[in-house]
Order: sequence, then C-alpha cells, then structure tokens
Amino acid sequence: MAQSYYQKEIETMPVDELKKLQSEKLVKQVKHVYENVAYYRNLMDEKGVKPEDIKGIEDLYKLPFISKADLRDAYPTGMLAVPMSECVRIHSTSGTTGRRVVAFYTQNDIDLWEDCCARAIVAAGGTKDDICQVGYGYGLFTGGFGLNGGSQKVGCLTLPMSSGNTERQIQFMMDLKSTILCCTPSYAAYLGESLKEQGYTADTIPLKAGIFGAEPWTEEMRKNIEATLGIKAYDIYGLTETSGPGVAFECCEQTGMHINEDHFIAEIIDPDTGEVLPEGEKGELVFTALDKEAFPLLRYRTRDICVLSRKKCSCGRTLIKMAKPMGRTDDMLIIRGVNVFPSQIETVLLKEGYEPNYQIVVDRVNNNDTFDVNVEISPDKFTDMVSEILAMEKTLANAMKIMLGINPSVHLVAPKSIARSEGKAVRVVDKRKLI
Amino acid sequence: MAIKQLTVFVENKQGALVSITDTLASNNINIRALSIAETEDFGILRLIVNDVETAKETLTEKGYLIKVTNVVGVKIGDAPGKLTAALGVLDRAGINMEYLYAFMARTEKHAYVVFRVEDDEAAESALESAGFHLITNADILKL
Repeated sequence: MAQSYYQKEIETMPVDELKKLQSEKLVKQVKHVYENVAYYRNLMDEKGVKPEDIKGIEDLYKLPFISKADLRDAYPTGMLAVPMSECVRIHSTSGTTGRRVVAFYTQNDIDLWEDCCARAIVAAGGTKDDICQVGYGYGLFTGGFGLNGGSQKVGCLTLPMSSGNTERQIQFMMDLKSTILCCTPSYAAYLGESLKEQGYTADTIPLKAGIFGAEPWTEEMRKNIEATLGIKAYDIYGLTETSGPGVAFECCEQTGMHINEDHFIAEIIDPDTGEVLPEGEKGELVFTALDKEAFPLLRYRTRDICVLSRKKCSCGRTLIKMAKPMGRTDDMLIIRGVNVFPSQIETVLLKEGYEPNYQIVVDRVNNNDTFDVNVEISPDKFTDMVSEILAMEKTLANAMKIMLGINPSVHLVAPKSIARSEGKAVRVVDKRKLI
Repeated sequence: MAIKQLTVFVENKQGALVSITDTLASNNINIRALSIAETEDFGILRLIVNDVETAKETLTEKGYLIKVTNVVGVKIGDAPGKLTAALGVLDRAGINMEYLYAFMARTEKHAYVVFRVEDDEAAESALESAGFHLITNADILKL
C-alpha cells in the first residue's frame, strides 16, 4: 500500500535537517522556559545551566530532568509559561495521590497536537473520505479531544462517541459505516466481541483501521482485534504531560511508533544514573517538547522503559521509532486505561482506618481488565455479621473509586494472609502478561 | 446472662475449616453448636463451645481472627410450633434479629435456639416474660 503523509516535508525530512530544526527550536524553547517559568529557572540555576549554554541538541544533556513529582508540586499553575489569558484549554491526568497534573494549552499548542494526531490517522490510511469513530473519553482525559481534532484536520467525518455505551457505538458504527475506530485496545477488543455476539463478522464490519493507545497491549491482542474487526490496528503513544496522544504513532510497517521529532526530542537514559544511552539500548524514555508554549516540558522522565531505533522504515518516514514501552521504572499500573499507583490504595486504607496490608491483583478476562484489591481485615474491625463486613468492603471500594476513577472489587481477607516478600506484603500481582 | 459465642474468620481456601476444628479438637474443645455464613470471599464460623476462653486463646495463638460475641440462648420444646412461638415473642417485642441457629440436646428432649440480636437484654426479658427458659454457658457445659 502506498503510504500517505499528513505533513510529508516534516515526516520524511532528512535526519540531519531534522536535527538542525530540533536544535534551532530547542535554543528558543529553553530561553522561553527559563524566562517564563520560575520552577525551571530555579532547577537550571541549581544545576548552573544558563539558556546560552544550550546551543543545540548536543547540549540537551546539560539540562536538569523533571518528573511527575515536579509537575505535581507546581500544581495548578506553577509550570505555566504564558499568561493564563493566552490559554484556551486544559487537560488533566486521572489524578494521583489526590494531586493531578493540569496541562495548559494555547491555541497553537492545540493546533500542533491535533497535527500530530492527524499524522497518526493518515499513517493508518485515513483520508477525508473516512468516517472516524472516536471512542476515547472526552473531557479532562486527552484521548477524545486529541483524536477528534486530528480527525477533523484530516477531514474525516468525525463521530465524537466518547467511551462506553457499547450499544450506541455499534449502532453508529453500522448505520454510518465508520471506517476508522479510535479507542483503547481493550475497548476495541470488547467492541469486537460484542459485534461478534450480535452476528457481525470481519466482512460485515465497515471498519478498515483502528488507532489504539492509552494502555499497554500485546501483539497477540493486535492479531485478535485485527481478525475480529477485519482491520489494521495501529498503536499510538502520548501523555497528558506531552499534550496527549500523538507524540508517536505507527505506520503501515507496524513495527514501532514514529516520534514526531519536529515537536519532541526523545532520549533514552539509564534510570539510575540519568546517563544518556546510545540508540538501541533499553532505558527510560525522556521527552523534551520543542514547541509547547503554555505547558513546556524539558527532559521529562516518562518512567516508561523503552528502546529507540532509527532503522530505515519502509513507510518513508525518517522520524525515529520507539518500541512499545516494555515496563515502568516505578510501580504505576495502567488499569482500564487509568493510571493507578499502589500508594493511592494505601492512602485510602489509612484514611479508612485499615493497616496498609493489601494486594492489587490485575488480570485480563475477555479483554477487560479485572481489578481486585485484597485487604487484610484488622482484628478491631472483625465482626460476626456478614452484612457488616460486606458493607466495609463496599465503603472501601467506593473510597478507592473516588480516588482512582475506576471501580475495584475489594475483598477483606484474613490478617497475614497476603504473601510477604522480605516481610512486606507483595503489593501488585499483574497477571495480564502484557509485556 | 447471654451466651458467649466464638466467631472465627475463615479464609476461602482449601483446608481452612478443618484446620480450625482440628485446633479445637487437639485442645479438647467440644463444639456444642455451630453455624457458618459464607460469602464469595470468606466464611464466618460461629461456635458455641464448652470452653470459650481456651478456644479463644488457642485459635488466637494460631493466628486466627477471633471475636467473642454475646448471643441469646433459649430452650424450646422439641415440637412443631415451638420455634415459631419464640420468634413471635421477639417479633412482637420489636427486636431486630441478625441470624439464628438451633441444635438439639443429646439427653433431654429439647431443642435450643441461639439468636443474634441487636439488643440482648431486651430479647432476654421478652423471652423470659413469655415463659421461655434461657440458657447460659454454664448450662451448655451440662448439655
């Protein structure tokens, strides 16, 4: 299949020109950030780096890293680099330990982000003749709005379905003959199963491509989704911190995601030493955003473990490719597309008067993530009444749902019954085998 | 007046129950009555035993989660309608009942019912004034 591009000049730019472009943008961006964000200025001053020390991408390593903790510390507006009156929108992470990261966007930030999403849609074969069904959540979550904007830029007829409501998704898909589906891979798989149950087959489903991201998925899932829906399934990567989905996207080769290098510099570092690793080595993925005006990012540690490759791609794009993330440097879990930190569960337990002896068990059953939390019941809470214990489980589940945004099944278990490793309860059992 | 009931948290896994009864047996604890309530995740074993203190100590030592609760024990005739009569008393007195279980005596021709209610004393006085004979832990030893 002949590959099309949304912005051919950029996407196929010779690498040396691309690096020159990155260098020019980086110099400007560092100056913008240093002048306008006290938080970065302090970090750079502490490290003894001045904007004039950054003359190109070869100097990137001199800049300090920032992490999610920095962004949280700066909540809500500490990272803002333009006057609030220049901003037109915010998005936000699902909220960790009670503090969210709020990302601000100027109109230009939105435009460039939507361009990134448009590149992903065109790389998946999208044209203005397509009908693009967006099944990512709309709201503070970036998925819905991001792909919606990209889809409109390509000129697709865009169906802003948002997430869930499977009956309605199927009805619109079949009645309007959607050709591209954007949602989480687990929801795509679920939709596929529901369509199958209703008697639809790969031949009768009008879709031809899917753009799936926001959570880890395997090659096996890809094959299943492709077979059930009769489509090509493409991966997309992004974070709220980097604007949203579209930082990187797959092309027809389906062997990793091209990073939109005109807007982002990707580095792989040793998570322990912070040392930059050569191309091809596995380490923590770090992003520097080159064009973000309102909510800049310099050397943001994603905590995703990843590999980069500049091997020539048959699609013609020169943009470097990132592999699917192979794990995390922290203990974050992605459950049903939502980021979950075990510390959040711990916070809820302490607040509700429980000892923090718990275990999170995640599995994938019929393409849906199951999310169970076992909590050791404390002697003072034990009662002979089943109804009271069930009520305790329900109270905990509700409190966790408020904290996390997704609903766990909470099970009270006997004291000391959760497996210990060196005296500490094993906090997470992830049976999904996604990596 | 009320009877001491021993409540044990039973994990939902193979062998959980037998290891509890085994612990009791090896400490010479005799079970007079029991009931078990189960959910998907766990069971709650309620026991009337001949020696509550020893049972509590040994099970606690073994790491079991134990609670001693007051329940109301009443002797009823071993004949149709006797349980209904006792329940009627509690109902008319407006006493909220959580659960109950019953057992037979070996020698006497009587049945015994154990009630777990919100208000023990109210239940006891209602049953007594209706002419029911309440039983105590001491009575249980003799059964």
